[in-house]
Amino acid sequence: MKDLNVKELNVLAAQIRLETLKVIRSRGFGHVGGSVDLAEMMAVLYGAAMRFDPKNPRWPDRDWLVLSKGHAGPAAYATFGLMGYYPLEEAYTLNHPHTRFPSHTDRLLTPGVDLTTGSLGQGASSAMGAALGNKLDGRDSRVYLVVGDGEADEGQVWEAFHFAAAHKLDNVVVFLDMNGYQLDGPTADILDHGDLPGKIAAFGLYTQQVDGHDVAAIYHALEAAHAHKGSPSCIVLKTCKGKGATFAEASHAHSSTPSEAQWAEAIQAAEQALEAARLA
Amino acid sequence: MSFKLIGKHEKDARASRDAIVTTLEELMDANPSVCYVDCDLMGCLNTKELWKKHPDRALQAGIAEANAAGVCAGLAATGKKVFFHSFGTFSSRRCYDQIYMSAAYAGLTVHVLGSDAGVTAAFNGGTHMPLEDAGMYMSIPGATVIDVCDYDQLYSVMHGLVHTEGVTYTRFVRKDIIQIYAPGSEFQIGKGVTLHESDKDQCTVICAGILVDEALKAYEALQSEGISLRVIDMFTWKPLDEALVIKAAAETGAIVTAENHNVTCGLGAAVANCLAKNRPTPQEFVGVQDRFGQVGPQSFLMDEYGLRAADITAAVRRAVARK
Repeated sequence: MKDLNVKELNVLAAQIRLETLKVIRSRGFGHVGGSVDLAEMMAVLYGAAMRFDPKNPRWPDRDWLVLSKGHAGPAAYATFGLMGYYPLEEAYTLNHPHTRFPSHTDRLLTPGVDLTTGSLGQGASSAMGAALGNKLDGRDSRVYLVVGDGEADEGQVWEAFHFAAAHKLDNVVVFLDMNGYQLDGPTADILDHGDLPGKIAAFGLYTQQVDGHDVAAIYHALEAAHAHKGSPSCIVLKTCKGKGATFAEASHAHSSTPSEAQWAEAIQAAEQALEAARLA
Repeated sequence: MSFKLIGKHEKDARASRDAIVTTLEELMDANPSVCYVDCDLMGCLNTKELWKKHPDRALQAGIAEANAAGVCAGLAATGKKVFFHSFGTFSSRRCYDQIYMSAAYAGLTVHVLGSDAGVTAAFNGGTHMPLEDAGMYMSIPGATVIDVCDYDQLYSVMHGLVHTEGVTYTRFVRKDIIQIYAPGSEFQIGKGVTLHESDKDQCTVICAGILVDEALKAYEALQSEGISLRVIDMFTWKPLDEALVIKAAAETGAIVTAENHNVTCGLGAAVANCLAKNRPTPQEFVGVQDRFGQVGPQSFLMDEYGLRAADITAAVRRAVARK
């Protein structure tokens, strides 16, 4: 991990949020809520924690990112563009014909995407396979897996957690994006999980819970996760679905089709937030 | 491809699954990137010794096939050559979306092994009887789908799979099997095997798996009646050896397909698709006629579903009459 620089990470998070909005705006509609709420996590991962090489995306010694909630692709495309995997403007082709930037992450299309996701729950298992493969090869690479709280309805997520704990995959850090909402409404109304962090801990993951929009808290939780040996870790991010996207933050919508005026307002607000982060 | 037909309708002294055990051990000994993932059925495949020998790469995923399939995809993404086994029902239906998206759609290679092909699930009954497994895999773009007929074919196919890209699915019989080929026979994935042919052939039986022995019996029965039959072991269902199918249709004018699988979506359907596009030819379908499986001895089930030599000879007569 690089030394903690809160201001630098907040600026990066604001950049990621702004660029995520621009990427989705290029198509006009998309999964805004569950993309922008990951900006701080992505900033800490790519600004301080992860080992990666934009010029060699499949570098064998890299750390892996698996967005099992694949619909958060735009947050990844914005981050990868900012990191130099490709010119950011290329990602402004989201969901256009023959784009390299589909709504759900695809390892065959986008540099920086390690595993293909979209059918919920599946990235959890393939992430564990990648973690196991890295261990077999004697690499100290880590796999960062991002699972949504709605996604945790899928039994496969729990099969994967069970597998990771049984195989002692301490090179895995799961981020559980607990934004409290899924497509049809609040997760508590759809299929209430009860004590979700408690259940994850009961599956054998070293589990912490932090404010998902506090870069310092995420950073320190990662330090603790890295120090923990013998079992996989989970950092539960308490987030606001739609955070910083003015039209989505209040509704916590899964997918948004804003008007031009709403887009303009959201982009302006994100630009102001970036400026404020720079001046802080 | 170099093979020697034995075809005396005699049971092999070797259990079919031992071809997999032997090959996996050879491959894992020779190549540190070969992994094998099972779902609490090592005891059924007889791979527990392999688990002891390579505890790091012979992996237990427990009774959780969906996760296991995803783990295989992730291993493949790190460069591993992965074999994944469960009963055919569970290595197809139970993890189909995982194989489809995490492996095939993602461009990753996983070799799926489905044991107890079709009615050979016998005493485990209809819940465990895969009659659509190959069809499901055939509908995955670019997948390779194989139904092997004996020990030596399985052994050769296993070695061929290591050099095959993409998702592959191999269905096989776990225990007792009739010996069709001599030891050392070698097969090429994607190439059908012509077992009998002459310029007097009036019909061709295109078969696979346990129906190969039945087709050989049908060949003998019809020969005694003066009817000459061509017999092709089409162990690769996808990609289909279309050139061989078209040649057989052109030279014999009638086709019978014979499979231990639902005829709506397996070998017969693939052959019909090929013929309809290239050379419309009368075709009769021996196989399970869109029914569920059920419990019972394999011999009873083969009678019940019409998977016998007599069913093939009757189908040949129907096909020839339609010329």
